[in-house]
Order: sequence, then structure tokens, then C-alpha cells
Amino acid sequence: MMEWMKTTIVPHFNFWIYVVIMMLGLWAAIGKNNLIKKLIGLSIFQTAILLLYVSMGVKEGASIPIVDETMGEAAVDFMAQGGGGAGATAFPINPDLFANPLPHVLMLTAIVVGVATLGVALALCQVIFRDFGTLEEPEILNQIKTIQDDV
Amino acid sequence: MQKLFATIAVIITGAILLNAVEDFPRFGDPHSPPNSGVSGGSVSSSVHYLQNTYLDTRVPNVVTAVLADYRGYDTLFETAVILTAGIAVFAILRVVRREDEEESAGSEEKACSGEFSTSDSDGEGRHRVVVGTTCRVVVPLAQLFGFYIIAHGHPSPGGGFQGGVVLGTSFILIALAAGLGSALGRLREDMYLRLACLGVFIYAGIGLLSLFFRRNFLDYGALSGLLQTGGEEMARSHGIFGVELGVAMTVTTVMFALFANLSTRGELKGGL
Repeated sequence: MMEWMKTTIVPHFNFWIYVVIMMLGLWAAIGKNNLIKKLIGLSIFQTAILLLYVSMGVKEGASIPIVDETMGEAAVDFMAQGGGGAGATAFPINPDLFANPLPHVLMLTAIVVGVATLGVALALCQVIFRDFGTLEEPEILNQIKTIQDDV
Repeated sequence: MQKLFATIAVIITGAILLNAVEDFPRFGDPHSPPNSGVSGGSVSSSVHYLQNTYLDTRVPNVVTAVLADYRGYDTLFETAVILTAGIAVFAILRVVRREDEEESAGSEEKACSGEFSTSDSDGEGRHRVVVGTTCRVVVPLAQLFGFYIIAHGHPSPGGGFQGGVVLGTSFILIALAAGLGSALGRLREDMYLRLACLGVFIYAGIGLLSLFFRRNFLDYGALSGLLQTGGEEMARSHGIFGVELGVAMTVTTVMFALFANLSTRGELKGGL
């Protein structure tokens, strides 16, 4: 059992955590009746996806993806001198020293867009509560049914 | 019954996902496919960005450069999504009353006076002395910090989205501490709606500007002649900054608009 955990869970623990969190959110989105609780579930689901992306960009021994200016200038000089055709010196910017910037870029916008769309969802919930007096899905469906039967 | 089905669905989905976990790269592996590319193939785009960002744009922060330059289309439409969310909340919730109805609904005329008063047309203002004083100290610092984050997106972690959220939060703090009327006195509704649209307009406008120089949309390098910067790299750097300003405007105002509409059910009066 311990051996199995060491070889299976520990090297991929970020994926295990993301699956567990994502399934918690999915369960809340399907299994709960209250619309606000469903929204909380969807937010948890979204957070799990953010976690998945950001954790994939982690590199051991790497720093934040901001290139040191001296290193950058060295790279500019390097390219000005012909770009290492002879291969005497390596390119000054070693990508292993910086975390993967791409997941950060994608998730940076996703977080803000997630807040904005959550705002829209909450606004819809407010309108539903104003019109039906409840946020419980079965009661809302019942009310819609009676309205349709009357028509 | 519903919970039983939910549990079954979750267990099946989770089992499929966990079954696939084995195939993913090890956590923190610097040479995993997303970090350095598939072996034998070309390098991954993240390595290309890390190596070429400073050469192309003179921006040390790779995230900012990728966000606003390499992936400018993506960010442009993300900003448009945020603006759309603001408009959607306005369309769903906002209640606009005529003048005569407004008087009967209750007079809170002085709410928009712009004074940093802690009174909310009822006698509860005195209970908010501590909160109001703290708010008066914190809000300018928070706004200064927000502008710092926006302006220093190039050499340090930051940019339009993050700084915009901080700025928007400072207005929400005013609304929480001194009443929504006080916050709306500083950022009126017509003003924030215009600013939100102006943000996207600035972004798209900078993109369109490069079309006039017979270059691609959002290719800021074309602006080097206009900005007198001497090189296309610095022109890209300034273009990124302009774009970030537009993003920050939209994010700031939409965050505040969401709060203002949600906390008052679209009345923009009273509030929490």
C-alpha cells in the first residue's frame, strides 16, 4: 500500500487533489437543490481547473517568470553578435530557471472572468428569488408547472 | 434519489479522471511536455516565450508580455467578456424609476453629494466612526497600490487585471463603509458605464491603430514611428502598457458595477 502510494499518488498528487476538488464541485452542482449551493459547486469546480493549470506550470528549482534585466540585456547582446552560430556560449536565458508563464497567463484572465460571470449568475438568482420567492429548484419547477397548467 | 444519481455520476467521472492521472507528468518536472515540449518535437511555446520575450518587447515580466502582446486577441475578448458581464447584470437587475416615482419611493437625494459622510440618511452614521476613519486611511493607499500594480506590470508581477481588481475593491470598500451613495458620488453610474466601454475601446483602438501602418491588428511594433521610440521593441512595450490601462479601466468599473447592482437589487440606493 505504501509502495503504491509512493509510486502513484505522490508524483501526481496535484492531479489527485484537483480531481477530488472538482468532483466535490460537480456533486454540489448536480446533487444540491438550492441554486446558490449549485453556484458554490460550480465555483469550486472552476477553482479545481485553475489549480490544475497552475500546478502543471510548476518547475523544480525555478523562480517566477520575470526575466532579470541584466540577463535580458545579455540575451540582446548575444543575438546582436550573431546568435551563437558557433555555439561557443549558451543562450543567456535558461528556461529551466523560470516557471512556465503560459498557465499563469491563461488562469489570470480566467479568474477575473470567473468573478464577472459569477456576478451575472448571482444577478439571475436575485431575479429568480424576486419572481418566485424561493431559490429551491423543485419549488421553482412546481410553480412553473402550475403556471403552465393555468394557461 | 437525486443525490444517489449525483453520487454515482461523480464516482464514475472521478474514477475515469483518476485513471488518466498516471499518464500526466510528474509534479514539478522541468522537462514535462507542457514545460519544455515533447521530446523529439519542437520546444513548447512557453520556452519560446521565456527566451524571446525580452528580445521582442523589452518587458522583463513574461506573463504581462504574453498576456497583452503574444496572446492579445485572447485578452481583448476576455476584456469584452467582462464588459458583457457588466452589461448583462445591468440589463437583468437595474431598475430605473421615473422622477415622480422616485420621490414617493423615498428621498435619498443627499446620498450622491460626494461628501465622505458616514451618514446614510438615517441616524446610524455614528456607529460607523471606526470603520469610516479606517476606510479614509485605507482607500487612498489601496488606490495608490492599484495604480502601482497597473503601472508596474512590466518589471514586476502586476498588470491591468490585478490592478483593476484592487481599484474596484477600493470603491467597494467605500460603499461598504460609508454607504453606496458615497461611492456613487465618486464614481457615478453614467461615468462607470462609460469607463467600462472606454477600456475596451482603448484596447481595440490601439490594435486598430497598427492597421493604419499596414500591419496586423494588435501588432504594436507598428507604432514605433508614432511613439518616436526608435525601436519596435520599445513600441511593443508601450503598446502593452496602453492595453493594460484599458483592461484596468474595464475591470475596475465592472467589479464596482457588479457590487453596486447586486447589493441593491438594481436600485442603486441604500444598499448593505
